[in-house]
Amino acid sequence: MKDHHEPTDRPADAGPADSGRRAFMGVAAGVAGAVVAPGVVLHSVAAAPRSEAVTGDVRWGLLIDTAKCADGCSACVEACDRENGLNLQNKPEGASQEHWDDQKAVWIRKVKLQDNQTGRVTNLPMMCQHCENPPCVDVCPTGASFKRADGIVMVDRHTCIGCRYCMMACPYKARSFIHKVMEDQLTRVPRGKGCVESCNLCVHRRDFGEESTACVDACREAGHEAIVFGDLKDPESAIRKQLAETASRQIREDLSLNTGVRYSGI
Amino acid sequence: MKRIIYREWRIPPARYWGLLGILASVVGIGALAFAYMEHEGHWVSGMSNSVVWGTPHVFAVFLIISASGALNIASIGTVFRKPLYKPLGRLSGLLAAALLMGGLLVLVLDLGRPERLVVAMTTYNFRSIFAWNIFLYSGFMAIVIAYLWSMADRHGEPYNRPIGIVATFWRLALTTGTGSIFGFLVARQAYDAAILAPMFVVMSFAYGLAIFMLVLMFAFTEEGRPIGERILCRLKNLLGIFILGVFYFTLVYHLTKLYGAKNHDLVGWLLLDGGIYTFMFWVGWVLVGGLVPLGIIYHPVLSKDKNWIAAACGLVIVGGLASMYVIIIGSQAYPMQMFPGQTVLASGFFDGVQGEASRYSPAIPEILLGLGGVAVALLITSVGVRVLQFLPESLADDVLPVDEEKIVEQGPAGAKA
Repeated sequence: MKDHHEPTDRPADAGPADSGRRAFMGVAAGVAGAVVAPGVVLHSVAAAPRSEAVTGDVRWGLLIDTAKCADGCSACVEACDRENGLNLQNKPEGASQEHWDDQKAVWIRKVKLQDNQTGRVTNLPMMCQHCENPPCVDVCPTGASFKRADGIVMVDRHTCIGCRYCMMACPYKARSFIHKVMEDQLTRVPRGKGCVESCNLCVHRRDFGEESTACVDACREAGHEAIVFGDLKDPESAIRKQLAETASRQIREDLSLNTGVRYSGI
Repeated sequence: MKRIIYREWRIPPARYWGLLGILASVVGIGALAFAYMEHEGHWVSGMSNSVVWGTPHVFAVFLIISASGALNIASIGTVFRKPLYKPLGRLSGLLAAALLMGGLLVLVLDLGRPERLVVAMTTYNFRSIFAWNIFLYSGFMAIVIAYLWSMADRHGEPYNRPIGIVATFWRLALTTGTGSIFGFLVARQAYDAAILAPMFVVMSFAYGLAIFMLVLMFAFTEEGRPIGERILCRLKNLLGIFILGVFYFTLVYHLTKLYGAKNHDLVGWLLLDGGIYTFMFWVGWVLVGGLVPLGIIYHPVLSKDKNWIAAACGLVIVGGLASMYVIIIGSQAYPMQMFPGQTVLASGFFDGVQGEASRYSPAIPEILLGLGGVAVALLITSVGVRVLQFLPESLADDVLPVDEEKIVEQGPAGAKA
C-alpha cells in the first residue's frame, strides 16, 4: 500500500533553490526563539499556580459567627473595598449622594437586625452566599453568571450583557451593576461599565493559592474573628470543624439553595 | 357580502409626512436618550442596585405583550374562523410585528452592554427563560411575516390557516414566557407566582386589542374610510371581556398572595401603604385601566359613540402602563424578605431598613427611551399601511361578511343566497 505522506511529486530542482531560504529561516527562528523564550519561561513560572484547573475537590465557603460581629465595625467592608478596588469609585458630578449610594457597587455590607418578638439585636455581614444552586446562574441568558467547580459564584465580564436579570433573581441582593464609566481599577480585579459583579470570595487569591479572603483577614486584625474561610469539603478544615460544633443556618433556607456562606447565632 | 378590497393608506401627503415627521422626531429623541445613557452609564437613570429594571422595562414589556395581543385579531379570523375579523387580519399582523420591534429595541437599548447583543444571540444558557424568550421573540417575528404573506399573497392562501394556528400557539408561548420572566423569580415576594404567566396572556389580549382599535379607528377616520357599528361593537365587547379577564387574574393574584401569612405585609403595602404604587394600582390599573373603560363599553349611550370607544381604548393603554409599573417596579421596590421575623435597623445597602421600600423615580432619558420604542412601533405601522395594502377599503356594515351565527341560523344554503 502506498504511503500518502511520501513526497512523490517534488520538483527535481527544489533543493538548490530552497537552500538560501532555509538558511534565512534558520537564523530568523533562532533570533525569534532567543527573544521569545525568556518570556515564555518566565511566564510559565509565574503562571504555575494559576495553570491548574479548578476542581470540585474543594468547596470554598464562609462561616460567620454573628455573636462576634461587632456593632459599628465595618472592617470587612473597608477591606473588601480596598481588595477589589471598590474604594476607587467616585460619585459622578451632578449625582445626588443618596442616589449614588444605591448605585455604587457594594460587594459586602453590614446589616443590623432586631428580632420582632424578643428585641434581640444581631449584626452580620451580607455578601454573595455562593449557593450550590444559584438562581443568578439559572436565569443568566448568556451563561455569564456561573459557578466554578470550587463553588465560587461569579460573573464572566466578557459575556455579561448587563441585562440585570441575575440581580432580579438573587434572593440576597448581593449583586451590583456598574452604573458609570470606570476611571480607576485594580489589575487583579478588572471591572467595566454596564456589567454586573459581586463577591467572588477574593477569587484572585484562590488562584494564587492564598488561604484567606480580605474580609476574613480584616475581621481577624480588628480582633473579632467573626468570619472563617475554608474548604467546606475538607473534614480537617477549621470551617468544617466549627460547623460540626456550632449550630449554623443559611439565610433563606426555605429556597434550598445550599449556600456556601453559613451563619451562626441567628 | 362584498369582496374585501385592501388599499394603501392615502391621506394627504402633507398630513402623512407631518405624522411621519413627528414620529421620527420622537424616535430621534429616544435614540439620543439611549446614546446619553449608554455614554454616561446608568447612573443618569433612576435605576439603582435596588430597583434594577426601570421605566424602559415598563414600556418594553408593555409593547411586547401588546404585540402578542394585537395578533389576536388575525387569529380570531383565521384559526377560529370568524369571518367578521378576516378583513382586520393584515393590520393585526403588521401591528404585532411593529409593536414587538418597538418593545425589543427598548429592551436591548437598555442593556448595560448593548453592543454585546451578538453575545446574547450566540451564547445561550437554556435554563434561563430569558434565553428562551430570545427564540420566542425572533420566531414570533418570522411567523408573523409568514402569516402576513399567507394573508396577502394568493400563493400563500392554502398555508394561511396552518400558519395562523402556529402563530396562535407561538403568541401564547411568547406571553407565557414574558410573564414567566417575573413569575419564576423566587427571590422576590411579589413575583414568585405562576399565575403571572396566564395573567400576562390576558393582559396582552386587552392591551393589544386596545392599541389595535385605536390605530384602526385613527387610520379610518383620517382617510374618511367607513367603519361600521357592527365591527366596532364586536371589538369593544371583546375588549370588555378582556378587561374583565384582567380583573379576574388580578383578584386571584392578590388572593393567592393574601392566603400566606408571609405575604400579608406585601399585599398591605401594595394596596394601602405603597405610596405611588398604591396610587398606580387603584387609580391606574383598577380605575383608569378597568372600571372607567368598562363603564364606557357597557354604557347604553356612550358605547355607541366612536369617540367614547376610542377614549376607552386610550384608558386601557394608560391603565396597562400603570399595571406594568406596579408589577415591574413596585415589586422590586418592596424590600426582600431575607430575615423573616426581624426588623432591619441598619444596612449598608438599603435592605429595607424599618421596612422602607426602595426609592425609584424615573429619569427623563428613561421615559424618552420608552416613548421612542412606542414611536418606532407607530412609525413602522404608518409606513406599512402607506406602502402596502394592509387596510380594507371599507368596514361598513354592509361590506363586512355576515356574522357566523347568522350563517349557522340560515344554514349553508341561506348563506350562499
